[in-house]
Amino acid sequence: MRGAKSAKWVASAIVVALAATACGGNDSGNDNGKGEVDPNGVFRLTNSEPQGNLQPANSRDTASGQVIKGLFSQLVDYTKDGSAEIVYVNAESVETEDNKTWTVKLKKGWKFHDGEEVTSKSYVDAWNWAANTENNQKNSYWFADIKGYKDVHPDKGKPKAKEMSGLKIVDDHTFTIELNEPVTYFNYKLAYSAWSPLPSKFYDDPEAYGDKPVGNGPYKFVSWERKKKITLERFDDYKGPDKAENGGVELVVYNTLENQYQAVYSEKADVVTMVPPRDLPKYRQDFGDRAIDAPMSGVQQIVPVFYNKQWKLGDKKNAELRKGLSMAIDRKTITDKVLHGSRVPATGFVGPNVLGFQEGVLGEVAEYNPEKAKKTIEDAGGVPGNKIHIQYNADGGHKEWVEAVCNNIRQNTGVECIPDAKVDFQTDLNTRDADKVKSMYRGAWVLDYPVNVNFMRELYETGADSNTGRFSSKKVDELFKKGDSAKDLDGTVKAYQEAEKQLVEEMPAIPLWYYATNAAHSKKVKNVEFDLANFLLMHKVKVMN
Amino acid sequence: MGRYVARRLLQMIPVFIGVTLLVFLMMYALPGDPVRALYGDQAIDQAQIAAIKADLGLDLPLWQQYLNYLFGLPRGDFGTQIATGLPVGEVIARALPITARLALLAFLITVVIGVAMGMIAGLKAGRWPDTIVLFVTLLFISVPVFVLGYIYQYVFSNTLGWTSPLVNDSEDLGELLMPAFVLASLSLAYVARLTRSSIAENRRADYMRTAIAKGLPQRRVLSVHLLRNSMIPVVTFLGVDIGTLMAGAVVTEGIFNINGIGSELFTALFRREGSTVVGLVTLIVIIYLAVSLLVDLLYAVLDPRIRYA
Repeated sequence: MRGAKSAKWVASAIVVALAATACGGNDSGNDNGKGEVDPNGVFRLTNSEPQGNLQPANSRDTASGQVIKGLFSQLVDYTKDGSAEIVYVNAESVETEDNKTWTVKLKKGWKFHDGEEVTSKSYVDAWNWAANTENNQKNSYWFADIKGYKDVHPDKGKPKAKEMSGLKIVDDHTFTIELNEPVTYFNYKLAYSAWSPLPSKFYDDPEAYGDKPVGNGPYKFVSWERKKKITLERFDDYKGPDKAENGGVELVVYNTLENQYQAVYSEKADVVTMVPPRDLPKYRQDFGDRAIDAPMSGVQQIVPVFYNKQWKLGDKKNAELRKGLSMAIDRKTITDKVLHGSRVPATGFVGPNVLGFQEGVLGEVAEYNPEKAKKTIEDAGGVPGNKIHIQYNADGGHKEWVEAVCNNIRQNTGVECIPDAKVDFQTDLNTRDADKVKSMYRGAWVLDYPVNVNFMRELYETGADSNTGRFSSKKVDELFKKGDSAKDLDGTVKAYQEAEKQLVEEMPAIPLWYYATNAAHSKKVKNVEFDLANFLLMHKVKVMN
Repeated sequence: MGRYVARRLLQMIPVFIGVTLLVFLMMYALPGDPVRALYGDQAIDQAQIAAIKADLGLDLPLWQQYLNYLFGLPRGDFGTQIATGLPVGEVIARALPITARLALLAFLITVVIGVAMGMIAGLKAGRWPDTIVLFVTLLFISVPVFVLGYIYQYVFSNTLGWTSPLVNDSEDLGELLMPAFVLASLSLAYVARLTRSSIAENRRADYMRTAIAKGLPQRRVLSVHLLRNSMIPVVTFLGVDIGTLMAGAVVTEGIFNINGIGSELFTALFRREGSTVVGLVTLIVIIYLAVSLLVDLLYAVLDPRIRYA
């Protein structure tokens, strides 16, 4: 041991010496970092312990999601700057004539980390397995568009089949997907990690595979020390456009956001993907130009529950009340002062950077105007009971802004507003699912795929599972239908944009602000970028020596 | 003595069943659905939620779930975690050594420093060393643990850079030292004060005068006659204390990133992991019972007048 330790000292002395000479000898290229980029350097990303094993279709928490994103590549990806153009990754092409049958051609020569070739079968088998109710994959509903889904995933009882009839293998590198109905944006959905291919070894023992996953992505799995760290290493035979520019990643477990922040602040780790509320006021000071603010695509809102007598469906005057409440909220001041610039005031129901995003669709409804707010509510006959509650979970750092919103409403409209704290997220969700919310609740949505449809259909369609405000509107449903049956993507997006305008009339929710990425990194790394759901783009990170 | 121990051990069985049943009922009464919560704010799928519940046996009536749990125990089956899919036995087996290491380190610090401080103060009662000890211990007692934790982190790691602010490797005793000190601070203060008053009192006892009059060397008088007789209240306190330390220091483990019993229990409660909470709480109760039995037996060693029949 003693020998090993002193060897370590010598080694680190050499590293320091090398770094010092590198600093002195080379002045080309690097603008914001010291030293040179080490293409084989490994960086440490703060993470929490994944909830569940690392089967791609089973990952719903951010901790496992981040690992899966390194291990697996999808057929396609999309640009994150709002243009949302399809980028082909594992697929050569994904094409359709009628939006109902999609033909996927795979790039040749792609291999899993264990050497097995990635073929049509790798995809088709994986999707059939993941969609099957019996395999208990949390993302199984992602396959619901495919013909024959109900056979493997019935609403009740055991599955009738093992395979979805809509998936057909043409040859090793071509397969077709037939859908129940045309979906013009289906190719965008394919970018989600639930659609990962799986090697044939997976089916021998899916559980064991989940502890030691083999993927087709830019990183291969090295080890998982539970509650300590997961180690990934660059996959040198990787053929995709997102080849890793570093040697590997260690995803180190820190049990709280505060500890993750502390670890990066003390240079024990290199990237923290989310600054805890406690440190928001000072993280720009702590990290200077190493603090990162990046756009995300997610929206936070307060949602009225229409089973409460206070709120009425299809009643114009009642909708005016919600517009009035919305105008009473000073979004700019709250995002600046209470949320320390970590959020951006919302101007619509759809998160930014997705297809069909309409800046300012809410118009004056999202603008702070105390006089008009008061007048609008008075003209509409006042809020029944003159009192509202805003339910939120006390364990999510929402208390401060909910109180600020309530103060706004109380002062500007005279409507009594009471923050209704539930102990934790579980209790909050439970109350929402059981239709027991008193008046309004805090809701949020982060994109699954970059089309405006994603922000509306799941939340506002009559009877949708996540529509826990129980909103229902014939007009909106019709516009959704129109969008779903449109001939092309453009038609869908336009119809949904119309639907969003209709939502402004009916106000099924009061959008507050868009989410944003607040992150920071150590002196050792640069090129730290994020996708629209706050996942670190690990392959882009450059490590300095 | 043997019969006494056997009786105490047998008493643990009804306590064990009672505790598991109570905790089971309490977990069931909490609002929230652990499987539903896996889906969070985003899209949900009722058919899959139902299937996962059926797979874990969470759709059965409560009494049946409890019986399944009880009958699983003799086979070493403590249930399965809902979120992670890991056997609860494995989770506990991973967390227990970490907490044990931290607890023992904290316990050692408590005993060594606490008793030493108490002896010095007790022997010099009323003079300046005594005043210093009383003042320092007062500080430890009055400052809440989490404040102390953040102060230590700020001073010793961020400013002085002596040690890592967070524990990455729980087998590295150097990293565990700071959290152990934080954890030990409160008990250390109590032990010092208990020892001090006990020693200050016994110093004037008759047997002390006799021992000194017999001409025994001072070291023997202090260590055998004085210390041993003064230890009974301290041992009582230490017994309860080691139970508390083992039960997991939720706050300290949270601040210093230690994944022991405390943080497991916290996460499990938060996620409504019924079988994990039952397993952990039962374990903690058993540790308490075992330690209190040990303490009772220790009394007889310290004071030969105490006997168990």
